This record gives sequence, structure tokens and C-alpha cells, in this order.
Amino acid sequence: MNPTEIMVSDADEKDVDTSRVAPIENPVLSMLRQDRLPHIWCPGCGIGTVVNCFSRALMSSGHDMNNVAVVSGIGCTGRVAGYMNLDSFHTTHGRSIPFATGLRLANPGLKVVVFSGDGDLFAIGGNHFLHAARRNLDMLIVCVNNFTYGMTGGQVAPTTPLKSTQSTMPFGNFEPPMNLPFVADAAGASYVARWTVFHIRQLVRAMKEGMEHKGFSFIEIMSPCPTLYLRRNKLGDGVDQVRYFKEHSVLKNGANTQDVAITATDPIVVGTFVERERPTWLDSRNAQLTATLGDRFVPYGGQNVQK
Amino acid sequence: MKASPEGVLTGVHFMDGDHAACEGAIAAGCRFVAGYPITPSTEVVERFSVRIPTVGGMFIQMEDEIASSIAIQGAAWGGAKVMTVTSGPGLSLMMEHIGLAVMAEVPCVIVDVQRGGPSTGLPTLPAQADMMQVKWGSHGDYQIIALSPNSPQECFDLMIRAFNLSETWRCPVFMMMDEVVGHMVERVEIPPADQIEIVPRRWTTKKPSEYRAFEPGPDMVPDMAKAGDGYKLHITGLTHDERGYPAMNVPAQNRLVRRLSDKILKNRDKIVDVREDGCEDADIIVVSYGITSRVAGAAVEMARGLGLKVGSARMVVCWPFPDVEIARLSRKAKAIVVPELNLGQMVGEVERAACGDARVYLVDHAGGSVHEPERILETILQAARDAGLGFKTEAERS
Ligand SMILES: Cc1ncc(C[n+]2csc(CCOP(=O)(O)OP(=O)(O)O)c2C)c(N)n1
Ligand code: SF4
Ligand SMILES: [Mg+2]
Repeated sequence: MNPTEIMVSDADEKDVDTSRVAPIENPVLSMLRQDRLPHIWCPGCGIGTVVNCFSRALMSSGHDMNNVAVVSGIGCTGRVAGYMNLDSFHTTHGRSIPFATGLRLANPGLKVVVFSGDGDLFAIGGNHFLHAARRNLDMLIVCVNNFTYGMTGGQVAPTTPLKSTQSTMPFGNFEPPMNLPFVADAAGASYVARWTVFHIRQLVRAMKEGMEHKGFSFIEIMSPCPTLYLRRNKLGDGVDQVRYFKEHSVLKNGANTQDVAITATDPIVVGTFVERERPTWLDSRNAQLTATLGDRFVPYGGQNVQK
Repeated sequence: MKASPEGVLTGVHFMDGDHAACEGAIAAGCRFVAGYPITPSTEVVERFSVRIPTVGGMFIQMEDEIASSIAIQGAAWGGAKVMTVTSGPGLSLMMEHIGLAVMAEVPCVIVDVQRGGPSTGLPTLPAQADMMQVKWGSHGDYQIIALSPNSPQECFDLMIRAFNLSETWRCPVFMMMDEVVGHMVERVEIPPADQIEIVPRRWTTKKPSEYRAFEPGPDMVPDMAKAGDGYKLHITGLTHDERGYPAMNVPAQNRLVRRLSDKILKNRDKIVDVREDGCEDADIIVVSYGITSRVAGAAVEMARGLGLKVGSARMVVCWPFPDVEIARLSRKAKAIVVPELNLGQMVGEVERAACGDARVYLVDHAGGSVHEPERILETILQAARDAGLGFKTEAERS
């Protein structure tokens, strides 16, 4: 269905001169696969906001949309790939980064953005994250941290705050959660930021920065999962959570990532924590092979497989 | 089309199967390998990492086999011909991504240099015990293609066929080597590039507005597009429709899963390869594959020397299983003897195809070495006795 129709469908056409009403269209609609709408996300879920910000970042980035690819793992966030009107790959749980690695290295002209959940990227896929950051592979990783395994019904995640209950932590979580920016920083990521779905302007800007940054960029986005995380923990709905993000966030660009862990009592530290210049995997490879092989080195220019 | 000459090491070489397999991949046009070291397959990726920088391609050693087996799929959608290489434990880790490659119809070659298992087993010694795993190891119903070379020369030749099959049928193709074939050094002749036939990727000729990523052609296989060319592909491991969009319902599942199987099974005549020798009037036929076929050859010669009519049928392609061929052979012969380096895997398929027409005998082996030809001979003689066939033993003849 054309979303424009949804917006005006309540109006009685006899009473309204529709020719005089400006068409209402979501400004990011062209970035979405309209033939796949409506999407599957719950009302109040933060993932839609993140997609909106990403779409705006893309639209204002000046990139040719034919050269941007999105790779997702599996999860509610993993479904992002399916809605973006880009080359998009919905892969396996936890493995979006190694898939993106192959895609990026085989087709060096592509901008590759990985979109996945906290469980996908840091539990099952944690090791891939570490090595991609260490290698400084040129890609942007967008992690929607909703503190839970949304898709499977709200089980404990590596990000679930202490004492929160989840279906597989029914008596309160006793596992300390991971400080994602600290992990990214320690592993060698060259751009690290955290925002929440309240910070939409900053998020759009960060996504553009992350795409432009040469190397491994990581953005953590704190996002409400009203259905499975908030409700179970009596934390209100999506709007309450966004209000909480607004009231409890402090901006600290350049903060030491060791100090940005999310706790029940401390304010949420947001901002750009790391921005460093470091040669990418591909640049390092090319430099090393040029230095050792000289003229014999044939750089890989992407393969069209005898097209 | 013909192979592109870059990287084709035309000439006569002495090399082992692992190295020959690597050369076969390069000649076939493979330009992206992701791998993780594991005995006895490591030489393949070691050679690729040395060779490819001067040919123009990419090698990356990933953090594990899970990563390798999906990095190659990303690279395939990026436009490259791709391969990964492993042995038992790594193959076990790859299972989920074999399913993804089947579901998303990703052309890729997976080399499995088999070693003794289960678990860490016998890292440096041979087995043929992954034959069922490559066919059934990932969840769900699916078909793959598996080739079984028995010499370094075949590691080269069949590698080219493996790539060609993967491009033609858009499915994972396995090179089922083993430690002995991987490490034995023999003469390997690499032909000039213009004598190597290469199947290019089936790029679509349609415009993005007309293209549907999973719309099958007359051979049941869809044409491909790569990322970056404006097709706005959506690729998912979920059950999908012809656009590639998730379609999680019974009719979509039925249509997709049947087509994925049928494109292999209904085209099996273009894929299977059974090399028969002396089967026309044979009473007993030895059915073998891979390294075991060479030992079986010695046993067949010995049995013929005793006056028995023994034929040999070698399955160069093990999957799809050559059931029509085995059924035909079993209608003519009285017995079929199947030696394999496991406790009985392909023999079950042989029995299924023989359907009682010939009695099937297994010559098993727990792995760690090849068979002794005498053990295969013993079973041939037992089959002869059971069938009431006359022969003279060595002692009787001398
Ligand atoms: C190998 C494998 N194990 C488990 C699952 C089931 N599974 C699907 S999504 C998911 C967790 C998703 O959590 P997260 O990555 O945080 O994404 P969210 O749904 O919260 O956005 C799990 C465990 C799977 N699909 N594959
Ligand atoms: S379950 Fe949670 S994360 Fe998933 S769509 Fe619903 S609100 Fe969003
Ligand atoms: Mg989550």
C-alpha cells in the first residue's frame, strides 16, 4: 500500500478538496523498499527511528545509493537489511561482519554498513567484531542496543543491565554487561560513538561521519524494546524510555571508553569517544605487498568475473 | 569461455594434491579465498596466499571457519569467484553457512581434505568420513555437488570442474580430498589457458527494473547480479519469493525448497561422472571413490588374475549420487563391493540404488591409512564364493 494513502484514508473525500492538500509523504520513503511495508517492528520500538536516521544520513551523504550495501545478522535489528532500498544482505546470526568483510574486499568500491543487534554483534558474533576492529576493515557497524534478544522473545543479552529480569534470567541478571565502546576501542576500532534514539540529529551526523571515516567505525545506539525489555522490567513504554535517555544522558566527546559503562545509577555517557587515523586492512595489505613484491604485485581491483 | 592466462602455470610439475588444487582454483578464475589453517588442508591456502598477490586476487585468513565460510559468500555477491578450504573440525563449523549458500544460491567451492574423526581425531592421517556430512550436515532439505579426486592431477582437473559446476548450478561444490591425495606428490600437467574451459558467472542481462533475483531460468537456476550494479538486491537465508523477499508460508517454502533440490537432481545427467572399467560382463563390481579407488584398482587386478570377472566403477562425482548408474550395474552383476575409508557411508547409497539386485559388500576402515588391497581382495573372493563363482587361489594356481 502506498503510505500516502494510509495518511489520507480517513478523510471523507467529499468534504476535502484533495487537490488542495499537499501530499503527505515520509521524507525518507525513497530509501525504503516500499513494496515491503508495513514493517514488522512493534509500536514504540526504537529500530524505526534508527532506520529513519540512517536514511537521512544516506540522503544527505551525497553517496550514489548503488554503491552502498547493508549487511545484517539475525534479530529484530537484523531485519533492517530487508527494508533498505539498497543492496542488502540478511545473513546468519552473528556473522554479518565476516560476510561484510568478503563483500567489501571483493568489491572495494562499495560502502558497507553492518546493521545488527547487541546479541548478534557481541554474543554469537563477538569474536568477528574483535577481529574486524583489529584489522581496521573499512566499514561502519551500527549496533542497536536494546539490552535484550528481541527477536527470540526477550532473553538475557551480553548487554542486559544487572538485576533486570529476562525470560532466561527470571530472577534478575547477575552477569555484568559489556561496555561496548570500550570493547570496540580496545580491539582497535578507529571511530567509536554512542548515542540514543533521543539524539536523532547527532545520530544522523554520526552515521555520516562513520561512513566517511576510513576504517572500522562503530556506533552503539541505545534503543527501547518496549515489548520485551521495558514491559518485563516495568520501565514504561517507548516514550518513557526516550524521556529517560533525554534526562539521563551527558555528552562527553572524547571520554575514556573505560568510563562509559552503562549502569543503573550513573548518567548515560554519549558522544564521539574515539576518532583515530589508522591504516585500513586493505591499505596495509597493498603497502606491504608493494614494499615486498614491487612491480610484481597486482593489486586487486575488484572482480567482474569475466563480465 | 577459456581461462584467463594470468596465473595459469602451464607446464609439467611435480606437486602434491593440495598445491595442485590451489593451481586448479587459480586457473578456474578463483580470486578470493578466505580460510583458516587446519591440517591436512593448510597447504592449499598457504600456496594461494603466496601466489595470488602477483595474479591479482585476495586472500584473507579469517578468525575461524564460520567466518571463512561466510566471508566467501560476501565476496561472491561482491562479484568474485570464491573458495574456502578446510578439514573435518572446520567443516563441522561451516555447516550453517553451507545452508546459507544453498538457500541464497551462492556459487562457491569448499575444499575438504578429509582426516580421521570424530572430533580432532587423526589430524595428519586420511579418512573419507565426511561424505555424509557434506550432504546432510546442514539443517533442512538440500542438494549439493561433491567431487572426489584420486590424484594430484585430478585435484587440478576436478577443481576446474568444481568451479564450473558451482557457477552453472549456483550451489556449494565440495572437493572431497583426503590426507593422502592432498599430500602425495605426482606429475601434474597444467594445460595452456586456452585449453581450459571456464564457465563464467551467469550474470543477468536484464535491467534492474526487470530483474528478479530468484526467477529461475529454463534450467531452474536464476541468473545473478552483484552488489554495486544498481540491482538493489535483497538476499536472505529466510524462505523467499522470486524477488528475494521473505515469504514465510507453505507454498513459498514448497516452491523454493523443491526447486533448490530439483535444479541438481533433475539435471543430474549433466553432473554425474562414473568411470567404468570392465563392467560389461563383470560378475562382481568394485564401486569406489577418491584415494580408495587406487587401492581398489590393485585388488581388482589381483582378482582378475585369479580368473574372476571383476569390474570397477569409480564415482568421480559422489553427490548427486549416481543412483541410475549403480542400479544399472547391479542389475548386471551378482555382487558389488564398496571399499571406503569409513565405517560405511556411501555404501548405504549403493545399497539403496542396487535395491537387492546385487548383493552389496562393504570393506570398511576406521581411518588413518588407506586399505590394504588384500583386504578388498578378500571381500571380492568372499562375494565370489557367496555367488557360487569359481576361481583358483594363488596356492591352487602354483
Ligand atoms: C545460530 C543461531 N542461533 C540462534 C538463533 C536465534 N536468534 C535469532 S535472533 C537472536 C537474538 C537477537 O538478539 P539481538 O541480536 O540483540 O537482536 P534484536 O532482536 O534484539 O534486535 C537469536 C538468539 C539463530 N537465528 N541462529
Ligand atoms: S520485540 Fe522489541 S526490538 Fe523487536 S520489534 Fe518489538 S520492540 Fe522492537
Ligand atoms: Mg538486542
